[in-house]
Amino acid sequence: MALKRSLSLEARSILGAGISRRAVLAGAGGLGAAGLLAACGGGGDDQSAENSVRWGNWPLYLDFDEESKTYPTLVKFSEATGIDAQYFEDYNDNDEFFGKVQAQLKLGEDIGYDLVTPTDWMCARWIRLGYTQKYDLANIPNHANILDSLKSPSYDPMRESTLTWQGIMSGFGWNTEKNPKGIHTLDELFAPQNKGKIVVLSEMRDTIGIILLAQGVDITKVTEDQFMNAVDFMTKKIADGWIRGVKGNEYAEDLTSGDATAVIGWSGDMFILASENEGKFDFAIPESGGTISGDNLVIPSTTSPAGKVNAEKLINYYYDPVVAAEVAAYVNYVCPVKGAQAEMEKIAPELATSEYIFPTEKTSSRLHVFRSLTPDEESVWAEAFQQAQGN
Amino acid sequence: MSITVPKVRVPYLLLFPGFAFLFTFFILPIFNLAQTSTQSPIVGGDTAQYEQTFAFSNYINAFVENREQFGRSFVYATLATIFALAISYPLAYAIAFKSGKFKNILLVLVVAPFFTSFLLRTIAWKQILGEEGFLVPTLRNLHLLGQQTTITSTSVAVVAGMTYNFLPFMTLPLYASLERIDPRTIEASGDLYANAITTFRRVTLPLSLPGVVAGTLLTFIPAAGDYVNAAILGSPNTKMIGNVIESRYFKIVDYPTAAALSFTLMVAILILVTLYIRKAGTEELV
Repeated sequence: MALKRSLSLEARSILGAGISRRAVLAGAGGLGAAGLLAACGGGGDDQSAENSVRWGNWPLYLDFDEESKTYPTLVKFSEATGIDAQYFEDYNDNDEFFGKVQAQLKLGEDIGYDLVTPTDWMCARWIRLGYTQKYDLANIPNHANILDSLKSPSYDPMRESTLTWQGIMSGFGWNTEKNPKGIHTLDELFAPQNKGKIVVLSEMRDTIGIILLAQGVDITKVTEDQFMNAVDFMTKKIADGWIRGVKGNEYAEDLTSGDATAVIGWSGDMFILASENEGKFDFAIPESGGTISGDNLVIPSTTSPAGKVNAEKLINYYYDPVVAAEVAAYVNYVCPVKGAQAEMEKIAPELATSEYIFPTEKTSSRLHVFRSLTPDEESVWAEAFQQAQGN
Repeated sequence: MSITVPKVRVPYLLLFPGFAFLFTFFILPIFNLAQTSTQSPIVGGDTAQYEQTFAFSNYINAFVENREQFGRSFVYATLATIFALAISYPLAYAIAFKSGKFKNILLVLVVAPFFTSFLLRTIAWKQILGEEGFLVPTLRNLHLLGQQTTITSTSVAVVAGMTYNFLPFMTLPLYASLERIDPRTIEASGDLYANAITTFRRVTLPLSLPGVVAGTLLTFIPAAGDYVNAAILGSPNTKMIGNVIESRYFKIVDYPTAAALSFTLMVAILILVTLYIRKAGTEELV
């Protein structure tokens, strides 16, 4: 961790270590190539063995020890249970991962993972298509530890087959030298000093969600007209030269290189940027509200019965507040586990009050979840959003 | 002289691995692509569920909606090819004729960037052309670039990146054909009182044409389908057809349109290349 923190962003991206869980090169911004290359590497062995579990997760999304090159919490899990936990940082992008495993899921062939970590809306799709398995809750007693606010998402009201891995807030990030007063409204984002230097997220629900909220729309009930209206707003801002890019995590590189001065970005990335650059960057939830989403632990329909039990044991382990606090201290995203904050007091008191990891009631009340879309909406809205970015 | 039957079969046996490979990894996928390109979403179906309806209108829709990106792809690829040729020809010429004992080192230097990944090289260009690289501040100080103007996220950056990334594909065939030129033909030209320019125009250039044809093809074809440079160095206003195909396939999960676009791109390149080769001739293509 020390090494990771001390390298510059450029150096890390060159080393391929990435700068956030959203992957280096293959951010949702449309650069599938890196992901495709990684995809060729695939998951683990051909079949899930009796005594192992293969977990595909986003990069930089689990505590990692630079010296021993291991994941401390995962090592402890393997030692305690005797289960060989194989960890693959190759879930780079929701769409790309779906494109990669969809055909096998459809045919019921092993996809190389016993546990994967898709974002909410992608979980909704997996559940709809029957690509998931329901948990055996007897194996996950810690199931009850999930935060009340995350307990019943619309796509899985009882949390029968998904549990949040980490929560992600999106809001405004900015360069404090160019924006000394900070950015709290959409008008402040589109201020003259940022013209041509604004980057927004390629996650449709985050970028359009924040625009919609600024327009006074309730994103839990958004209609197609309202959505298209917000897309038009974005299209115009691109055409007029305000927005220079629509990207995945690469916006962080643009901020450090000076190519971007203001962004719609993710909390965890901005936390790292702020802590690495001595106050040169800051992040805030917009006054009109920000979005929150989660990445979830999901057992694919193709996982063997033995693999499923092992995956459930793993999920249970990470829902132990002690373990959850250890992970949160490293990844800096919103921790979904009750009791982790108290545990954090013991290991890193300064993080126990971090709004990035444990948002207060007041902050949480300003965070909204984009509503679930029907399959038709999913493709029509995605098409509009892609066309707005010139695709 | 009697030819035994097995001997006749030998050439076919030798061809078999190549054919088998092409069949599995080219013919079958092409067939599959063609099939996908005329499918439509199943009514009431979920994401990624399509059925065959022979909807050839997919092609028209795909082309009409994305003609801008198609046009851009061909303009950018043509520009990158021209720039690569302008840079590579003198380079290949110097290596072939003027480099002496440094020839091998220079050749290695041309190929060396290929030892790192295509993506990393493109990202490096982002740093070079970025706000904190040396180029932008220098140009600003010289008042060649406005204070608010940037280079990244423009078509200039995309074409520059493409030119750089495909440079060796241009340089190596050019070098190969220049190097094969018999120096005596150039001497003979001098003996016949041709000056340097005439010698180049009448002897060197015509003899190196196969290299020019091969180099331009090797540059233009991948450049037209490229999407990495536009994704990393460009902006929403510089998207190429490759970006659209990627977005259709992965983001919108619209496989038919993605397939129709791929097919259209392939046919368009094939037609252009055929016309070009017809004009340039392939007899001496290396």
